[in-house]
Amino acid sequence: MRRLLSLTRLGAMLMKEFNHMRRDRTTLGMMIGVPLIQLILFGYAINTDPKALPTAIYSSESTAYTRSFTAALVNTGYFEIVSQADGDDVDRMLTRGQVQFAVTIPPNFSRDLVLGKRPEILVEADATDPVATGSAISALQQIKATALERDLKGVSGSPREPAPAFDIIVHRRYNPENITQYNIVPGLMGVVLTMTLVMITGLAVTRERERGTMENLLSMPVRPAEVMLGKITPYVIVGYVQAAIILIAAAFLFDVPVEGSIALLSLATIFFMIANLAVGFTFSTIAQNQLQAVQMTFFFFLPSLLLSGFMFPFRGMPQWAQVLGEALPLTHFLRIARGILLKGSGFADIAADILGIIAFLIVAVAIAMSRYRQTLD
Amino acid sequence: MNGAPELASDLAIDVSGLVKIFDERRVVDDFSLQIPKGKIFGFLGPNGSGKTTTLRMLCGLLTPDEGAGTCLGLDLRGQAPLIKRQTGYMTQKFSLYEDLTIRENLEFVARLYEMDRRAERVEEALKDLGLWGRRNQQTGTLSGGWKQRLALTACILHEPRLLLLDEPTAGVDPKARREFWDEIHTLAGKGITVLVSTHYMDEAERCHEIVYIAYGKLLASGTAEEIIENTELYTWRAHGREADRLAGKLRGKDGVASAVAFGAKLHVSGTDEAALEKAIRPYREGHDISWERTSPTLEDVFIHLTAGSKDNFA
Repeated sequence: MRRLLSLTRLGAMLMKEFNHMRRDRTTLGMMIGVPLIQLILFGYAINTDPKALPTAIYSSESTAYTRSFTAALVNTGYFEIVSQADGDDVDRMLTRGQVQFAVTIPPNFSRDLVLGKRPEILVEADATDPVATGSAISALQQIKATALERDLKGVSGSPREPAPAFDIIVHRRYNPENITQYNIVPGLMGVVLTMTLVMITGLAVTRERERGTMENLLSMPVRPAEVMLGKITPYVIVGYVQAAIILIAAAFLFDVPVEGSIALLSLATIFFMIANLAVGFTFSTIAQNQLQAVQMTFFFFLPSLLLSGFMFPFRGMPQWAQVLGEALPLTHFLRIARGILLKGSGFADIAADILGIIAFLIVAVAIAMSRYRQTLD
Repeated sequence: MNGAPELASDLAIDVSGLVKIFDERRVVDDFSLQIPKGKIFGFLGPNGSGKTTTLRMLCGLLTPDEGAGTCLGLDLRGQAPLIKRQTGYMTQKFSLYEDLTIRENLEFVARLYEMDRRAERVEEALKDLGLWGRRNQQTGTLSGGWKQRLALTACILHEPRLLLLDEPTAGVDPKARREFWDEIHTLAGKGITVLVSTHYMDEAERCHEIVYIAYGKLLASGTAEEIIENTELYTWRAHGREADRLAGKLRGKDGVASAVAFGAKLHVSGTDEAALEKAIRPYREGHDISWERTSPTLEDVFIHLTAGSKDNFA
């Protein structure tokens, strides 16, 4: 008799699949690990309403009014005063991303205030990531109304005016129109390079092992450095093609400004690509087959995407997540790409982030080289 | 290893006490071997006996856990890169790049060995092989026999002095196998030393000497005749009506080490001459079968050797 479904045969298939699953530790780890990583990252690390953003404040005077204003600023929870710098420094700190906001209280602020001349406080925001600054800028409007309420009561003699006693002028630097693409598209360059380069190198070496060609390769007089350089170089070229496609699209499709030097960006990209290729190479020395190499890529890619500041504001994350993020090359590359394209950063501005990438690169290459075996042991 | 001791300089391979341990299993255990230059040595043994591991140690792909020795006068441990330059190793599984063309594969090999006159030599090799017309074909599209010939060509391209071949003829038809062995003998005639692992007895008999290994231990070595002579094995051959049917009845009887049917014929072997005779006596009379004493074949000897050695992995 022919039945459509035999329970014995179905049982055979089920048992076989469960056995495969049980033996394939990486896939099993991925099925448990990926939701866990996502839970932790989305649950604890990600916050689209970042608080305590580093702020530089410049004031030529220190009076009860300026102190009250500063206190009100801090009390919103969105601002954390990290520097009381002079004008030149403020600019540089914004360019380098050391501060998110620069606040300038004009000379004679207190006097003008008392005279009812409505002095203007300038708040410059690094608006490359509109999400990171949005809430803080809204909070400024509240301060305007309430910050000096108590200090000014009765000072001018006149009854409380309906209009605020001072104004806050907000300059959204680098991205005045709050265009999300300005932030996303340069970042995409780093994301695409991370994804493809780690995976492609991972696959390129694992493929040799899976197809049995590695044994033949190792029996011939070829050195680990030759294998690694030979494997990596073609993908450096691939990476440049990808970067070029995104840059051209950024400039012509999305009208992303290109303020800085493309040559400098290319230089930084080299280090970033090699760092990612070394990660891929390391994965390939651990992975038993191509599937595992892809899975490992995912394990690296997911935290990179979420912790680097690509999707969510870096400063919104808790300390531990920021520390993890600082270790990832994508975090530094995002700052470099956004800095050069949007802010016109020069070499000195991005040097610290290049060093961050190089530190990662040295560790990754060292691990890759030490794991690559010239024998099958 | 037989006859007069060889001068060290006449030996292509001279290793002793090689041990390789994987997960606490001694896959190769106290393995010693001397092969004079220009000789073809057959490397035999059941599956999983450590042949591939031994070959990999000899060509520097694996580091021995114990033991020492030389290949081509170079130290196995310290000079592995130099050994690699002068050795051709043919893996059991086809390991050229299937998505490269035949010519690209050979040129890749030629470059890795930093050979001069690369294009010329690759062209010569392809013409000798008869693949010049198909040089731009992807390697994966070749048949098994052609792949095997190409693999041999690739591993002798750099003119090695030592060839290590791991079951090179597995799955290859008899004609291609015969041509392959003719080529091996030609190479040996030029002074190249060959160590080739195989499961085929006819191939074993084409070797100058045979090394037999089981469960990581060397069990016998010498020429085919020597191995047969040195093994205390007695064999009777039966042929006649349904002689092969007796195999099942004789197996397991006292004195019978093995009973194997070859078509209508039956080979019965044992180590105790008298007990063997006693075991077959009931079938010698009253049956339509004639019995005669014969010398055991190489296969009888090897099966006997394997059965007699302990599987230390079991």
